Amino acid sequence: MYSEKVMEHFTNPRNVGELGDANGIGEVGNSKCGDIMRIYVKIEDDFISDIRFKTFGCGAAVATSSMATELVKGKSIQEALSITNKAVADALDGLPAEKLHCSVLAEQGIKAAIQDYFDKKGIDPLPIIGCDFRCSSSGE
Amino acid sequence: MNKLIYFDNAATTKLSKPAFDAMLPFLGDGYGNPSSIYSIGRDAKNAIENARSRIADAIGAMPEEIYFVGGGTESDNWAIKSVAEMKKSKGRHIITSAIEHPAVLNTLKYLETEGYELTHLSVDEHGQISLDELRSSIRNDTILITVMAANNEIGTILPISEIGKIARENGVLFHSDAVQAVGQIPINVREMSIDLLSFSGHKLGGAKGVGVLYAKKDLHMPPLLHGGGQERGGRSGTENVAGIVSVAAALDDKLLRLPLRSVEQMRDRLIKELLTIPRTKLTGDPVNRLPGIASFVFEGIEGESILLLLDQCGICASSGSACSSGSLEPSHVLMAIGLPHEIAHGSLRLSLGEDNTNDEIDYVLEKLPGIIEKLRDMSPLWQ
Repeated sequence: MYSEKVMEHFTNPRNVGELGDANGIGEVGNSKCGDIMRIYVKIEDDFISDIRFKTFGCGAAVATSSMATELVKGKSIQEALSITNKAVADALDGLPAEKLHCSVLAEQGIKAAIQDYFDKKGIDPLPIIGCDFRCSSSGE
Repeated sequence: MNKLIYFDNAATTKLSKPAFDAMLPFLGDGYGNPSSIYSIGRDAKNAIENARSRIADAIGAMPEEIYFVGGGTESDNWAIKSVAEMKKSKGRHIITSAIEHPAVLNTLKYLETEGYELTHLSVDEHGQISLDELRSSIRNDTILITVMAANNEIGTILPISEIGKIARENGVLFHSDAVQAVGQIPINVREMSIDLLSFSGHKLGGAKGVGVLYAKKDLHMPPLLHGGGQERGGRSGTENVAGIVSVAAALDDKLLRLPLRSVEQMRDRLIKELLTIPRTKLTGDPVNRLPGIASFVFEGIEGESILLLLDQCGICASSGSACSSGSLEPSHVLMAIGLPHEIAHGSLRLSLGEDNTNDEIDYVLEKLPGIIEKLRDMSPLWQ
C-alpha cells in the first residue's frame, strides 16, 4: 500500500518535535478527519532556518509532514511557498489515492506556518500566500 | 524479522487442521459434481449432506434449515432481503442496531431506497442495546428484527435470547448476524428463538468463500440464485464441496473446546496490562465479551499508525480508524458507543484465537507501550 520511502519517513520521521524559538506556527486539519499537522518554523532573513512538526494521523500524514519539512528546510520563503502537494507526494514515490489529502495537508501546514510568521510581523500575508490556510479546516 | 504474530482472528482465521484434512479429498480425486449420479458425484453429495447435518446439530437446527452460500455477507443479504420480500404485505418496517456489520447495514440501506423504513436501536457505552427501546420500537408493520449476536469491533455479546423472545412474542421474525459468535460462544437457534442466522466459515477455522444461512423450516426462502436448483432451489450453482466440508469440520472441532477459557485468559491479561497505559480505554462490554477480542482506544494517536508500527514488529492487528478504511470517518461502531471523533481514531483491536500463546501476549505487551509512546510524542493532541 505504501512505498518504501513513505514507510521510511513514517518510521524515522525527520524534524519531528517542537521548536522553542519558532516565529511561525501553523496548524491544519482536524481531529474529526483524523489528521492534524502542526508546523513550527523559524524564519531568518527570509529563509527557513529551522522547522519542526507534530502530527496526529496515519502513516501518510506523518510521512508527508516529514518530507514536506525536509523539502523546505533551509529554503527561502518564496521557494517554500512554491512546494506543492504533488511535489511532496512525488518525493515519497507516490501515495495511495485515498491518502493524497495528507500531502495537501502538508503543503497547507507549511503555508499556514509562514502565514503566521507574516501575521506576527504585521505584514498582510494574503497577497504573498494567496489563501488563508489557518481557516481551512480539513484540507479537503 | 520473520516473526509473524497473528492477532486478527476476527478478520479471518487460519484454516484449522481438521478443516484442512477434511477438504483435501475434495481438492484431489473427490472432484465429482454433487449433482452427478455416479460414485464420485454421490460421494461429494454425501459429504455435503453430512456437513449440513453436523452444522445443524451444532446450532440446534435441522438439516433442512441449513443453506450453504458464498460467505457471511451473502447469508446476511439473502436473509434480510428474503424477509423483506416475503413479508411486504404485512409491512415494511425493520429494526436493527446501530453497530451492525456493513453486510447488514448496507443491505438495509438498500431496502430503504426500496421504501422500507428502518429503526436503528441505539447502544450504550458498552455497545448494548436497550430491550425496552426494542419493545417500544416494534410497530404493527414491523416485519424483521436483525441484531448481531456479537460485535466484530468491540467484542460485545448482545442479548440475542432476550431479543428472540421479544420478537417471538410480537410475531416478528428475528435474524441474527452471528459471524463473530458461532464457534466462539454457544449458539442454539431453537433455544434462542432465532428465525434466521448467518455465519461464515473462515471466521472459525474453515475455508473462505463459504457462508451458512439457517432459516427456520416454515420460511419459504425466495431463491437467491436461479439455476440448476441446488440448495433446495434456493441457491443454485455447483456447491463448494471442499469449502462446505471444511466448515463442518472446523465447527465440530471448535465446539469441543467451548468455552475458550485459555483464549479468555490471554485476552484478560492483554486488557489488564494495556489498561495501565495512561488515557487508554477498553471498548465494548467488559463482561459480556467475546473470548478473543481485546479492543481499545488510545487517546492522542491514530489507529493506522499503530498498525503500521505493530506490523514492523511482525504483529497483525486491526483498527476502526478512518485511515485504515480509506474513509475520513472513524467506525460507526465506535461513534455509536459515544466516543468523540479524535478518540475513535485511536482504536486498536487485537483478536485472539486458540493458536495464540502467552509468549505472543508477552511480546505484544513488550512492544505496544513503546509504539503508543512514540506516536504520542509525535502528536499535537498529546500534552
